[in-house]
Amino acid sequence: MSRRRISLRQELPLLVWLVIVWGALWQDFSPGNLLFGALLSVAVARLFYLPPVELSGRFNILHAIPFALMFLAKVVMASMQLLFLAVWRGPRVKNAVVAVTLRSHQDLLVTATGHVISLIPGSLVVEVDRSTSTLYLHALNISSPQEVENLKNEVLSIEAGLIRIMGTRDELEILRTEAAA
Amino acid sequence: MSPDSTGLDAWVDVLSAVFMIVGATMSLGAAIGLLRFPDLLSRMHAATKPQVLGLFLLLASIGLQMRTLWVWPVLLVAWIFQLLTVPVSAHMVGRAGYRTKHLHRELLTSDELEAVVQKAAAKAAREDGSGDG
Repeated sequence: MSRRRISLRQELPLLVWLVIVWGALWQDFSPGNLLFGALLSVAVARLFYLPPVELSGRFNILHAIPFALMFLAKVVMASMQLLFLAVWRGPRVKNAVVAVTLRSHQDLLVTATGHVISLIPGSLVVEVDRSTSTLYLHALNISSPQEVENLKNEVLSIEAGLIRIMGTRDELEILRTEAAA
Repeated sequence: MSPDSTGLDAWVDVLSAVFMIVGATMSLGAAIGLLRFPDLLSRMHAATKPQVLGLFLLLASIGLQMRTLWVWPVLLVAWIFQLLTVPVSAHMVGRAGYRTKHLHRELLTSDELEAVVQKAAAKAAREDGSGDG
């Protein structure tokens, strides 16, 4: 069986990540160690072949840093809320399963959005419909339709942030027309 | 430890002590949530999420106490692997829990997935029926 060859450029982010992990594990970033790590990472990527992740080809670091800080702030806030809920509300907590249809149809962006949503305490992805890129979330402490709306808006704003960081041009265009409307 | 405990070192110690206490509190919160929440899906929230912050704070305090620059990358890698794996495990357990009906439906204020599941089940049943006939 012949495999579809992927270009080095497409594989590069994976190789760089493997080299960083290698250096971090040895706690040694000297050139010799990194070179050996690079050789190993190429061997690993060849032997344990995975389907390539389709990147959009752009990455905006100016949007990425505020997004990361906002993410950390949200994690802190939501962790405190969860602690409060666990202690005071406990068994009487009300939940909801909410469907959110995303704009993007790229696997990478849907996965990234799902990851960020799941990492912020209080919501987790129960089911994904890949054909319509719909996420079904289970959310903690939702008792009114208004809160369901708020959650949907939050998910869409997180997706918008991710599109600004690494979405394709088409998706950016969708965001722009939405903002104009 | 250096004998000078009045300057920067003291502040680093205080900061890492605060990080450790808050980080441990997060793990305590996870344990309390596991005990007190009513069903599998809400327990999943408690079981998987607070440690994201808890581990971050504990790793940061390790980094502050070790006082070598080269320990930071390995701590960062450990945290990134946590970020990558936690949502996957939460999703797998949550998905299996929803499908096997390990949830208290009376505690859900809205369920937008149920209709979709029933529609798919009805379609599958129809196709089975036509296949037999």
